[in-house]
Amino acid sequence: MTNFAIEINKLTKKYKDILAVNNLNFKINKGEIIGLLGPNGSGKSTTIGMMLGLIKPTSGNVLIDGQDIENNRTELLERMNFISPYIELPKKLTIEENLEVYGRMYGVKNLKNKIIDLMSKLNLNSFKKRKTGELSSGQKNRVSLAKALINEPDILLLDEPTASLDPDVGDYVRSFIEEFASKKDTTILLASHNMAEVGRLCNKVMMMKNGAIIDSGSCNDLISKHGRKNLEEVFLKIARE
Amino acid sequence: MRFYRIYALFLRHFYLIKSSFPRILDLIYWPTIQIILWGFISKFFTMHSEYYSNTAGVILSCAILYDFLFRTSISFNMLFLEEIWSRNFTNLFIAPLKISEIITGLTATALIRTLIGIIPAIILATPFFGVTLFKLGPSLILLFLNLYLFGITLGLLVVSGLLKYGPAFENVAWSSLFLLAPLGCIYYPLSILPDWLQILAKGLPLVYIFEEVRSILINNVVDYRNILSALVLNFIYFTSAVLIFYSAFNEARKRGTLVNIGE
Repeated sequence: MTNFAIEINKLTKKYKDILAVNNLNFKINKGEIIGLLGPNGSGKSTTIGMMLGLIKPTSGNVLIDGQDIENNRTELLERMNFISPYIELPKKLTIEENLEVYGRMYGVKNLKNKIIDLMSKLNLNSFKKRKTGELSSGQKNRVSLAKALINEPDILLLDEPTASLDPDVGDYVRSFIEEFASKKDTTILLASHNMAEVGRLCNKVMMMKNGAIIDSGSCNDLISKHGRKNLEEVFLKIARE
Repeated sequence: MRFYRIYALFLRHFYLIKSSFPRILDLIYWPTIQIILWGFISKFFTMHSEYYSNTAGVILSCAILYDFLFRTSISFNMLFLEEIWSRNFTNLFIAPLKISEIITGLTATALIRTLIGIIPAIILATPFFGVTLFKLGPSLILLFLNLYLFGITLGLLVVSGLLKYGPAFENVAWSSLFLLAPLGCIYYPLSILPDWLQILAKGLPLVYIFEEVRSILINNVVDYRNILSALVLNFIYFTSAVLIFYSAFNEARKRGTLVNIGE
């Protein structure tokens, strides 16, 4: 058994002449929350895509709990989940129906209770019979979060989970993720452009640029190392260099 | 393969259909219109054609069977397109679904979707035009099986195209069956085609299926060689289509298009 929830070894993705991810190496311990920062086009989404088995690496591998995602995709995906504002749940299905469909897909036991519990914790009860497409973006985001937590994942990949949310809902979602992760010892990889969010949630941050990790450490370490006032300034410095 | 995952995929589409009256209406509307139209054409030919005299319902029976094939194929494509249109595509592919489960789930759901549309049309054909498919006898089951297999095969090929080329391939989804219809000899015998086209047509299971329908309804002869030929061809095409689908999925993973196919 390995202590690492995620191991990325010499991971490379090339699209014709474009090198999207370049010889990436990192390891994430079980229960850690790691931030993945970088400007648009730095390779974050491609890296997450390869971790989910959506994108085939050109070379290198992704190990989840020591097992290669390429060879054990279905088994490993049962214990993982993902949120991104760029993907949606079927709009014509009600919240309850969507959660039931995905709960069944992930083979969740006691699904009915699980759905009731999640809807109650995420304040979704009052509109559980409403179609997902009729919800506000904040409500949709909470439904996506419920879908992502329906299988109580050991590994949760978050791609800008609070993008387009107002500060209040954003804060609510962050608190919920924080609480869930501490209770379930979930490993989280968070890709975000919200530096305050990363600073609040993450034990460690990795900075990506041009498909490679160019720096990593705790938020405070990075701030002092780069001689800046906060993480946002560190981000800007690295992005503009 | 796990049944609960296949059932979940079915449930996703069942909820979609059951919650929308326009969708149910759309499923029933087209096959019914098709059957009414061909019912009258069939009636006219029965009264004025020597070939079809005293064989009421040959054209209509063929029209119903062809519509079953058409609906099966379109249903399969639609199920996949729904995921693209609703931007749910990535959610499906990060769920622990095996490709074989996706194919099985879509295949089973396409059948149910097709039956919702075609059963009312079949029922209508008897009181309105005095035509019943049961005249085809036990062979009907094998004919349906062949049409279903070919419909799913076409669906798989179109969906493979969608995976490979993205939503731009959508138009092919709608036109795929129209391209094959002239060669399928649905409403006329194979002998009508020029010799060189007959060679091509014999590569399609449709020819054997509809030759068999005419053989039973016009000559009262069941020729199992036709059914067997169709089954063998269907088996070859279906297996090839499954392999092509796997290859298209792997290609999409290499190109990274599974992430943003709906955009």
